[in-house]
Amino acid sequence: MVKTRARTNRRSEEDEEQAGPRPFWSGTLTFGLVSVPVNLFPANRSSHAHLRMLSPEGEPLSRKYYSEKTERDLDADQMVRGYEIDKGKYVVVTDEELDRLAPEKSRDIDLKTFVPEESIPPVYFDRGYFLTPAPGSEKAYKLLAETMEKSGKAGVATFVMRGKEYLVAIFAEHGILRAETMRFPDELRSPKDVGLPKKPKVPAATVHKFEKLVRSKSKKQLSPTRLKDEQTERLLKLVKKKSAQRKNVVEVETDKREEGKVIDMVAILKKSLAGKA
Amino acid sequence: MTARAIWKGELKIGSTKVPVKLYSGVVDRTVRFHILDDKHLMRVKQHMVNPDSGDEVTNEEIQKGYEIEPGKFVILTDKDLESLEPEPSREIEITEFVPPEAISQQWYERPYYLAPDGDEKAYFALAEALQNTGREGIAHWVMRNKPYVGALRAEGDYLLLVTLRNAEEVISARDLPKPAGRAPTQKELNMAKQLVGLLEGEFNPADYKDEYRERVMEFIEKKAKGKAPKLHAVKTKRKASSLDSVLEKSLRSLRKEKRAA
Repeated sequence: MVKTRARTNRRSEEDEEQAGPRPFWSGTLTFGLVSVPVNLFPANRSSHAHLRMLSPEGEPLSRKYYSEKTERDLDADQMVRGYEIDKGKYVVVTDEELDRLAPEKSRDIDLKTFVPEESIPPVYFDRGYFLTPAPGSEKAYKLLAETMEKSGKAGVATFVMRGKEYLVAIFAEHGILRAETMRFPDELRSPKDVGLPKKPKVPAATVHKFEKLVRSKSKKQLSPTRLKDEQTERLLKLVKKKSAQRKNVVEVETDKREEGKVIDMVAILKKSLAGKA
Repeated sequence: MTARAIWKGELKIGSTKVPVKLYSGVVDRTVRFHILDDKHLMRVKQHMVNPDSGDEVTNEEIQKGYEIEPGKFVILTDKDLESLEPEPSREIEITEFVPPEAISQQWYERPYYLAPDGDEKAYFALAEALQNTGREGIAHWVMRNKPYVGALRAEGDYLLLVTLRNAEEVISARDLPKPAGRAPTQKELNMAKQLVGLLEGEFNPADYKDEYRERVMEFIEKKAKGKAPKLHAVKTKRKASSLDSVLEKSLRSLRKEKRAA
């Protein structure tokens, strides 16, 4: 977690000088001997209820790291990553070392197995990312996406990305490839690990009663309102109400607020899919 | 070793109630690093500063604001935020049951095991009923001041509650344009179909191991003893060749492997 943040900080500084945010990762998807260079972007966006931390005067604040010893703020190049081997004792590991620890073939998403889409239990799924074709790989990308979508298969692979190995399932939907990162089997508990009791004898009549209950409340589709973020809606309503009164609103010059700006992921994805990013 | 329950609640389906305890279904095995300052090799602290003056702003002084227009914030007080919190409740309300394909993989977030809490018969009967009907329940509950939506499903004999993301959080491929570029030819499609066919299999989780994690830990241990091995840069080289010929080559070598196996 912490490690990622250190890296993200460095990235965001670089990003500010560029036209738009760069992909989360760039790499190669392979099946057989076919390689498809791709870019990877998050398929989730942060909730709309994003609040900024402000000074008493209303200035948006920045988060900074500082040294307890000198009480000075630290820049990215004044910080390193350490693994605690003993209390207060760390082994420093550099970006370069983490990078070099990944063998070349482990960096590709090599789809060695294609499995029926619905055969992966949902407990494995962690986070989604869209894959977009890198310039020049559009044809191979479309070929793989179309083939997978028609067959109803998901490709499974492991690969190393930004200092961590991921197990992923690649899905094709609407001509677009999506990677769902998954938990490794040793990251999932078993009922035995949790200490769940053994199943006792259950009367068939009780099971039957529950089956009837389940059937009586069954629907074919999940109504989208079920997944509505009601807390955010309440927040937006309150914001609207409060904004009517001047005393609740602060205003600052906008040019200072690069950090913390909300990124429009859909716009970035559209650009990338059109081959313009 | 048995895990500790993180929450207690009551499944409510219509007027039927099943008391349960909630346990985390995952163990995080990520290699944890700390950020250190490079001079003293001590852990760094974080604070919020005014970017103009560089002055620290303490927690008591910090206000929270929602940006309504660029540079324009509506201040929300702690009291405001508290007023938004949902009513505390022990109820996990199941509003409906759906087939698993009604729930996109993109929505699943984090699994929790449920354990019976006083009524084992009802618990195991519900799990069996979900198994037999092949349905998942849509659950709503409030845990630690936060509202959750989840999918209640049977995992073997047991009940599992997987939290679901909000609809607004998930970007659907349906909202995106299809990628630009020339469509593949029928010949290419046929070959790719055969290729995927040759690679078809079952999802067997035991086949996958985080080897990189082991590699990193091994390296850290060696480095701690002052015996860090020298690591070499990895070169990535790729040659471009036509899609047709690569597909053909792939099919040939895979068929050979299959025959040999």
